[in-house]
Amino acid sequence: MSEGDRSFDVLVIGAGPAGLAAACRAAAARAIVCLVDDNPRPGGQIWRASLDRVPGPAVPWIATAARLGVRMIEGARVFAAPEPGRLALETGAGEPLDLRYRSLVLATGARERFVPFPGWTLPNAMGAGGLQSLVKSGFPVRGKKVVVAGSGPLLPAVARYLRHAGADVRLIAEQAPLAALARFARSLLHHPHKLAEAAIFGGSLAGVRYLTSSWPVSAQGDGRVQSVTLARGGKTFTESCDYLACGFGLVPNTELASLLGCRVSEGVAVDDYQRTTVEGVYAAGEITGIGGVDLALVEGEIAGHAAAGQTERASRLFQARDRQRHFARSLARSFTLREELKHLAPDDTLVCRCEDVSLGRVRAATGWREAKLQTRCGMGPCQSRVCGPAVEFLLGWKPDSVRPPLFPVSVNSLSQAGDSGS
Amino acid sequence: MNASFDVAIAGGGIVGAACADFCSAAGMRVAVVEAGPIGGGATAAGMGHIVVMDDSPAQIALTERSRSLWMALARELPADAEYVTAGTIWVAADAEEMAEVERKRALYAGIGVRAEVLGPRQLSEAEPNLRPGLAGGLLVPDDGVSYPPCAARFFLERAQARGAVLLRAKAVELMETGIRLAGGEAVAAGAVVNATGAWAPELTPRFAVRKRKGHLAITDRYPGFLRHQLVELGYLKSAHSTAADSVAFNAQPRRTGQVLIGSSRQFGAEHAAIDQPILTRMLERARAYMPPLADLTVIRCWTGFRAAAPDKLPLIGPCAGRPRLLLATGHEGLGITTSLATGELVAAHLSGRPFAIPPEPYLPSRELEAEGDPLHE
Repeated sequence: MSEGDRSFDVLVIGAGPAGLAAACRAAAARAIVCLVDDNPRPGGQIWRASLDRVPGPAVPWIATAARLGVRMIEGARVFAAPEPGRLALETGAGEPLDLRYRSLVLATGARERFVPFPGWTLPNAMGAGGLQSLVKSGFPVRGKKVVVAGSGPLLPAVARYLRHAGADVRLIAEQAPLAALARFARSLLHHPHKLAEAAIFGGSLAGVRYLTSSWPVSAQGDGRVQSVTLARGGKTFTESCDYLACGFGLVPNTELASLLGCRVSEGVAVDDYQRTTVEGVYAAGEITGIGGVDLALVEGEIAGHAAAGQTERASRLFQARDRQRHFARSLARSFTLREELKHLAPDDTLVCRCEDVSLGRVRAATGWREAKLQTRCGMGPCQSRVCGPAVEFLLGWKPDSVRPPLFPVSVNSLSQAGDSGS
Repeated sequence: MNASFDVAIAGGGIVGAACADFCSAAGMRVAVVEAGPIGGGATAAGMGHIVVMDDSPAQIALTERSRSLWMALARELPADAEYVTAGTIWVAADAEEMAEVERKRALYAGIGVRAEVLGPRQLSEAEPNLRPGLAGGLLVPDDGVSYPPCAARFFLERAQARGAVLLRAKAVELMETGIRLAGGEAVAAGAVVNATGAWAPELTPRFAVRKRKGHLAITDRYPGFLRHQLVELGYLKSAHSTAADSVAFNAQPRRTGQVLIGSSRQFGAEHAAIDQPILTRMLERARAYMPPLADLTVIRCWTGFRAAAPDKLPLIGPCAGRPRLLLATGHEGLGITTSLATGELVAAHLSGRPFAIPPEPYLPSRELEAEGDPLHE
């Protein structure tokens, strides 16, 4: 790539709904825009393409981005920010790539939260979104018995997708109580287009049992998961399954924002124009707090307008965003994780899968840093992306500081991140 | 003050923990004051290379004594201390460095440290991933590798089993009669040891220890990629320079199959963030010696601060004019190795028992101003 090919007015990281919207709005204002994603195709997690099709809602955004000349870089990961206005990436082919920007929009989305319980690390016990991604890339589940458990609107969405792919979805276990879900459903009346989603809360997911106040307490199996024991109404029952798909809500991917020095509390802190606390850096979508696809889109549009200097256009969308934020708050309230989930794992349950560290060993430390140093919890290749949020939920420890490389990266790429690039 | 402890040690790094171990073994009532994690400072940032170094007769004496203490302790160390006798190979790039290999070998032979000269072929057989064309090296087979935070915890636990007390508090003032804590209360003790590494001057001002920043990178697991701790002999040029930023090839095999890649040295860098240009130079240096490293995956990088004294020797013993206030700092890049001999010296100073090695070269009262006062540069 020549110098000109590597410098952009607006660089957008993450091609989910927020990133696509930001890229399209900025490009419409004639900014030179580049949109980067670590997946092979745009859409993010929620609009992840399957082998044969891109999800419908993503199509117009992707087409618009292409029409407006947004430069797409797929399969590349940002691993360092060697200086302001500059990011170091590694491409899918393992090559280093150096990009410059005037404005940066972070739309790095969210990942699933895992809550450890005995057997959660058995083969075929996996993240709900993770199993859906596997199926989208061709993994066969036809005729397989699946239990979907955890919390949040992602569970019925995943169950619906798996059924569509031929899986025998035995049940959905939602840990939140029915009363909270009923309140949530009523709040959807202010968001009529979401009522279709709400229909599932009536237990009408095409014949799949949808249990509330129910959660997994253990998974069993010889070499892979064969059954899951679930709590409900003070009792437990066991359901046999070939796959256990669990997701306990979402965790914002704030690592890059932290590396850049943006203030992060629950998510990345932003002002009305989606500006972070760092000059020239914007954030939109799930990384500012979990709020769903519609909030992500409007935040992305505002960030895109603002990053291209169109503050007037950005401000016209504030009201629409406020409505979506109301929905997001209701979502967070309704699906708050219950206290019982903190006591599922006895001391011998693994918390860190990379380094095989049990909860008991982690709990013996005085805090996250001591746990890392003394037990190596969180020191493996996932860099505590899985165990970090689990430990934060179980023990209340905040994650450690963020350092480059943000992702595992070759010595070759890492050593070139400091080059002048010319 | 009515002393409840014979000695109060500020700092729960590997040096403080080793001091607690030896003092408690000598029958002293010990308190260790540490607000952070055990072994959470330079102890956590270092490589954990247990090595005999020959910068000066005093450095040889201290590192050789320490290494023999590590070797004697090997079987008692817990598995998570990851002690492995991997051996060091000092890598010589050219004829000039091969002359250094021969000098080193003769010196080590004179003090009973096993060492074996490797020719170019033996070197590439020992470490096939090194680049072709290197002149050779010196294998020191009894040098080791450890995981320092867990070793520090083990030393401290041994002391606690003998009655030592760990106080989770921040030391704000060191007196000859005890340590004042952040909350205002004091820990009364018959003697006080400052073992706070690069932060020691904040508690005991006016001595010449300053921070020397280092970077390290660790890879994913590649069992068999590297077998010995490798250090380029050009390292001496880096470690000896007291002014400029410098890097040197230094690679270590971990028991997990991971490869730890170093090293860098910077004065005047107070910020703990990764310094990308230095990291780049360090990795390029490593690739120049070991080209296949380029394709390995790095999972983490970090920095740390060595406590550097101007004459390359630690400060161990009583401060001038304050016989009950001792220092145990200034170990620079050798704190893991020399922690044990430091603990032994400190215990001997306090108990009046015989010294295992002559203590004079390390006394804080030695002339340090000759090279200027780096604290006030």
